[in-house]
Amino acid sequence: MGNNILVRIFNFYYQGFRNMTVGKKLWLIIFIKIFIFFFIIKLLFFPDFLKTKFRTDRERGNYVIEQLTK
Amino acid sequence: MIDSIDLSLVNWSRGQFALTAFYHWFFVPLTLGITFIIAIMETIYVRTGDESWKKITKFWMTLFGINFAIGVATGLIMEFEFGTNWSNYSWFVGDIFGAPLAIEGIMAFFLESTFIAVMFFGWNKVSKKFHLLSTWLVAFGASLSALWILVANAWMQYPVGMQFNPDTARNEMIRFWDVLFSPVAVNKFLHTISSGYVLASVFVVGVSGWFLLRRRNILFARRSMIVASIFGILSSIHLIATGDGSTRQIARIQPMKLAAIEGLYHGQEGTGLVVFGIMVPSEEDPVNENIKDFVFRIEIPNLLSYMSYGNREAFIPGVIDLLEGSEQRGLLSAAEKIERGKYAREVLRELKEADQNNDLTRYESLKATFMDDQFKNEYFRYFGYGFIDDPDKLIPNVPLSFYSFHFMVALGFYFLLFFILTLIFVYTGSIERRKGFQRLALLTIPLAYLATMLGWTVAEMGRQPWVIQDLMPTFAAVSRLDANTVQVTFWLFLIVFTALLIAEVKIMTKQIKIGPNEGGN
Repeated sequence: MGNNILVRIFNFYYQGFRNMTVGKKLWLIIFIKIFIFFFIIKLLFFPDFLKTKFRTDRERGNYVIEQLTK
Repeated sequence: MIDSIDLSLVNWSRGQFALTAFYHWFFVPLTLGITFIIAIMETIYVRTGDESWKKITKFWMTLFGINFAIGVATGLIMEFEFGTNWSNYSWFVGDIFGAPLAIEGIMAFFLESTFIAVMFFGWNKVSKKFHLLSTWLVAFGASLSALWILVANAWMQYPVGMQFNPDTARNEMIRFWDVLFSPVAVNKFLHTISSGYVLASVFVVGVSGWFLLRRRNILFARRSMIVASIFGILSSIHLIATGDGSTRQIARIQPMKLAAIEGLYHGQEGTGLVVFGIMVPSEEDPVNENIKDFVFRIEIPNLLSYMSYGNREAFIPGVIDLLEGSEQRGLLSAAEKIERGKYAREVLRELKEADQNNDLTRYESLKATFMDDQFKNEYFRYFGYGFIDDPDKLIPNVPLSFYSFHFMVALGFYFLLFFILTLIFVYTGSIERRKGFQRLALLTIPLAYLATMLGWTVAEMGRQPWVIQDLMPTFAAVSRLDANTVQVTFWLFLIVFTALLIAEVKIMTKQIKIGPNEGGN
């Protein structure tokens, strides 16, 4: 019974994706976009500033306090 | 360190964030509003069984799908920027931002993977009523998803429900419900989603106008116009009402913003509302870019006082009053706030020093100071003023705030009139021969986008120099990066987002040209 429901859910999505028309182009855009965002922009240009400079939260906190009080 | 910050870094960081926020927001309001219009159309289909309503529903659903797909994940860029470009800010806000954004992410995931799938894949596979339920859930879910980021933004305008931890330099959320249900958050949410509903209504009426211009799909266009204009009228009324609510809040919470958007320099009792005005450099201080005079203005006497405090004679402080202060009016001067902010910063510095020197007695004493209500209310609340060296820097860009606000309000009233006329013309049967109005409907679409962007300009530029009201100025929030790196990513984003925008417009116009008879999903 449980298996049957899973198969039906799988088929629902499978048939849905197969029968898409405009949607296929849109999914391609989504995948390209996600790739650019996460694998180019995030990795190359957007490291977490405090995480890459400091190892612990205490160090990060001290740095920010230093920034805010000097 | 803060004193020596590179202003070009601050400006490029702000420009980059504004660019990404504007592009992200280009996609959001249509999704917020068109889902409700689709849900209403599908409800009519389910209740009447009329197949033409199903075609209408599917057509607008396809346009929603295009907008949703191109826009999805564009907001993630801003989260990248928080961690990279705005690290001081991100650290300082602590979990106030993290919690709402996490809820938004989880909600969006479940919404997108389940009910949107039923919306697009479920025709003839699930019952009509379950499909309709899914459509309504997508509509409500989209607006609810927007709630969380708007709560976070409202906290920046009106920080409540938190306690500053001087050991970590983070604000910790101590009253979640105060953050969620702060009056600013509630009003901002209602006002912003209403603007999305109005934009989507304009979009539907405008695209329908295009079909009428082409003399195609007349019944489809007329029916779409009826649903969108009724939804648009109700949304416009709500938009105006919540805008009025914003005025009352700004008067109490961000009086400098109110003064800026009204171009009010010298406060007075019984202040009038400027309906229209043209600003020129002031004769008193022609060098100061933020001090302007009106060369011409139309004003409704006493209205701003009444809108702000429900009293026609109430005193509304102007920019100069807020800088100079007034004991009689209970206004602290900017100089006094700056002194208090500097003291709060100094206490934080001494606490850190005592901690590093293992001076436990002094550390405990200073820590107790931070927990003291009097210190919190009279000093720490002005923490951000401690960074300001010149009171003039507390004035936002007055002309930009003034013109953005007035143009936005004018457009808001224009949209209401536009929807009323649409409804009248459809019901009287004259809409098909009114070519001028059909063209106007099409031209109104970019005006709706402009209005919603102006709204964000007012909200964000009007509250400068603050990134968190009174607690953190924008220049203190940025990471110490090389300004050239920020410039590179600015241009990169401009290219990527412009490409997405072009893709959106091209795919959508192609789908509109195909029309409602073909549908597609």
